[in-house]
Amino acid sequence: MIDFRAAGGPMEQFEILPIVPIRIGGIDLSFTNSALWMLIGVAAIALFFFFATRRRALVPGRTQSVAEVLHEFISDLVRDTIGTEGRKFFPYVFTLFIFILIANLFGLFPSIPGLPHELHTFTTTSHVIVTLGLAMTTITIVVAYGVWKHGWKFLKLFAPSGLPLWLMFILVPIEIISFLSRPLSLAIRLFANMLAGHIILKLFAGFVISLLGAGGVVMALSIAPFAGAVAVMLLEFLVAALQAYVFAILTCIYLSDAAHAGDH
Amino acid sequence: MDAEAAKLIGAGLAAIPLAGAGVGLGLIFGNFLSGAFRNPSAAATNQPTMLLAFALTEFTGLLGFAIAMIILYTF
Repeated sequence: MIDFRAAGGPMEQFEILPIVPIRIGGIDLSFTNSALWMLIGVAAIALFFFFATRRRALVPGRTQSVAEVLHEFISDLVRDTIGTEGRKFFPYVFTLFIFILIANLFGLFPSIPGLPHELHTFTTTSHVIVTLGLAMTTITIVVAYGVWKHGWKFLKLFAPSGLPLWLMFILVPIEIISFLSRPLSLAIRLFANMLAGHIILKLFAGFVISLLGAGGVVMALSIAPFAGAVAVMLLEFLVAALQAYVFAILTCIYLSDAAHAGDH
Repeated sequence: MDAEAAKLIGAGLAAIPLAGAGVGLGLIFGNFLSGAFRNPSAAATNQPTMLLAFALTEFTGLLGFAIAMIILYTF
């Protein structure tokens, strides 16, 4: 294993550090910076929606309008992709979208200088274990709901009707592989986007520091990587929102597959 | 060849999928725009499909990134 802290490079920010070490029977259950930033995200979401729904008015105030816009956005998404049957999945998709959005956005906060390393800003979604957990939850719900609703007819998902038999031998394995790669593609897309974005940000920041350290006329050149860092930061805000949306819409499409598996 | 050097070359080669992902993303956004300029009223309803195609295409490029990470940090 590579010691990221000793390297001090762009990978250092992804190191998981224990804040409250807990060991039970040889299993490491420490409260880490990853857990801390998930808790901060969930607390921020809960606080925001508490204040947004505290004084409900017919003509909404500022916080209430933001909550309403978010609610309507996901509500429309669920209705358009799954149909009226999708009503019962709305709480799950909404929670998933808000959690990923807030986790992505909070990771973009600059760290407060002087704090110990384990309290620095941490992007929970830049770890494949977090995103794979979310993706596996989605796929578990898809399979459980499909089997509960259609029974063995759920397997029709892998065999499109109205095809000649010889084509089935080619298509069914392809459909099975495509289904199995869904949780992987959901997880890797989100994690790789977050990881790559933060590495690029840190690289540009590193260029600024090393150019400033060079001294003399070269110091003036540091404006170029600084402008690059600002541009990447703006791009990262777009990516943070877009990836949360993509995760939500793909979840909806997979749920829609499970809901309508026996129809065609 | 030194094993470390081979690893770095392999990780560099894993960046090649970026070419394919770039071509694919260009095709998606270009075709969406040309369609949207022909019929602007239908553009808004097709935006989710465009973003979905964007996500699926982007994944092929990101697989290259995942392979580079595996080469660099697991072997």
